[in-house]
Amino acid sequence: MLRAQSNADSLSLGGIQAAGPIGRCIMSRTISDSTLKRQYLLDRLFRGATLMFAFLVLALLAGIIATLLIGAWPSIKTFGFGFFISSEWNPVTQKFGALVPIVGTLVTSTIALLIGIPVSFGIALFITELSPRWLKRPLGIAIELLAGIPSIIYGMWGLFVFAPFFGDHIEPWIDQHLGSVPGLGIFFQGPPLGIGMLTAGIILAIMVIPFIASVMRDVFEIVPHVLKESAYGLGCTTWEVVWRLVLPYTKTGVIGGIMLGLGRALGETMAVTFVIGNAHELNASLLMTGNTISSALANEFTEAVGDLYFSALIELGLILFIITFIVLALSKLLLQQLSRREGRPS
Amino acid sequence: MLSLYTRRRLFNAFNLFVSFLTMAIGLFWLGWILWTLLRFGFGGISIKMFTEMTPPPGSDGGLLNALFGSLLMTVMATLIGTPVGIMAGIYLAEFGKGNWIASITRFINDILLSAPSIVIGLFVYEVYVVLIGHFSGWAGSLALSLIVIPVVVRTTENMLRLVPDTQREAAAALGAPQWRVISSVTLRAARAGVLTGLLLAVARIAGETAPLLFTALNNQFWSANMNAPMANLPVVIFQFAMSPYDDWHKLAWAGALLITFGVLGLNILARVVFRQRNILA
Repeated sequence: MLRAQSNADSLSLGGIQAAGPIGRCIMSRTISDSTLKRQYLLDRLFRGATLMFAFLVLALLAGIIATLLIGAWPSIKTFGFGFFISSEWNPVTQKFGALVPIVGTLVTSTIALLIGIPVSFGIALFITELSPRWLKRPLGIAIELLAGIPSIIYGMWGLFVFAPFFGDHIEPWIDQHLGSVPGLGIFFQGPPLGIGMLTAGIILAIMVIPFIASVMRDVFEIVPHVLKESAYGLGCTTWEVVWRLVLPYTKTGVIGGIMLGLGRALGETMAVTFVIGNAHELNASLLMTGNTISSALANEFTEAVGDLYFSALIELGLILFIITFIVLALSKLLLQQLSRREGRPS
Repeated sequence: MLSLYTRRRLFNAFNLFVSFLTMAIGLFWLGWILWTLLRFGFGGISIKMFTEMTPPPGSDGGLLNALFGSLLMTVMATLIGTPVGIMAGIYLAEFGKGNWIASITRFINDILLSAPSIVIGLFVYEVYVVLIGHFSGWAGSLALSLIVIPVVVRTTENMLRLVPDTQREAAAALGAPQWRVISSVTLRAARAGVLTGLLLAVARIAGETAPLLFTALNNQFWSANMNAPMANLPVVIFQFAMSPYDDWHKLAWAGALLITFGVLGLNILARVVFRQRNILA
């Protein structure tokens, strides 16, 4: 590696003398001290400039947290810890609590993961183990295109196409059959509105599948062929190889991928805003409307009046940012752990 | 009673079939969404869309001001975000081996890559919109550029790392100073990859709605003033789709069709320019 240090060395020599017959032929002149000095300075400058921009990325994160903290301060001071456990959201009386959006965010993301994980696993399994070689790339791209579709499109499709279909055909069935199961029933009772938390969760699931599936596919492919071949040699079926060998081997990576999907689901805004119903109320039933942090922000922020209202919304944003930050950091750490193991001879 | 062998075989076949089904489900969603867009959006696409402004409810119009606003803000955001991203990426790839500043930056950058875009909107609102007192096209561009930066940092670093060290050493042996090695050799060798990253970043911001809600807002009229609220396609689609008017719905679907195929086209183009899977991984 060339480093600034090596330039400094040659500088102290007072110029580079081309040596050898060939060298003399090409570089017949000696580089002057001033040229070297200038180049050395340019190097320092260049390095400093890139470092500054790298710092800018760090400053961005610090800036986001600091700004949100300052903006949320009036609300933090007024409501304190009660903000997290109060379900009241009343701009008229200036009473705000974050329980409803926080619960909504967690519930919709959980539904998304419950549906998204098995489907992503199936897709990754299909692409890595079953698909013919020539189909792998097109299939991978097709799944990644799902991630490319803007979230507002998911929202429109959800509201105008999926929700009516879901409300007409699936929800009555859920209400009838699952709604009467003792214990579980209260989660599945309600009028077939079409929109609601379950719908939002399902749409979120479609949106996180490409992220989870592509991480799973990548980590499945790092499993050494020798290991898989030995398992096949012992007479394992494809499923047994995947379930008992590939999955345990790539466990941390798979969890990392799931966390990445969770991070995406938590912060997703537009798709959810269209179909969640935006009601500040706590319902046990998943068929009912609700609210999430991001959709509350999208809906109310530009219309908020009064400092405390604003501040409460910004505190919601801060909470969302902190939750996703933790989830994404965990995801990153887990994936790093796996790639470190990959480098080690097993 | 089936033998253990048969049971294992059956279990295997069943699970593999389910795996096949999940793949089909994934493709089915993609197909369903694209088909919906074509069905509702295709009828709305006409020459008027590109020549007329967004209409008030109940009358005819197009999306010209929104298209222009989106284009302008995307270009500005890319112009602001790309140099920052490339420079930071160079630092991480070329100077950041085993150095704690670089590891932290890399970590933070990966988190910002997936951070909720609505929070970016809140941030820009607090630091810029509040400061100047009104929504503006610049604020929108700024918010979008903050989304561009992590994508470009990530792809630039990854692509620079693919350049073999022997090339750097060869350039250095010829007496090139380091800034020269990086700008004329490494960066040039990685330019297809860097360009891909740029395309992916543009694809990412072209459909972003959430950060624009609090920054650029919207504008019903033609405006090329970056210092005033600016119309943009995603927010117009949002507003029109949520409205009760049929004309607006039609335009929203046409806009949605345009934006989706534009973004998907960019995604595919990016993969054609650089034929390596998973540039972001």
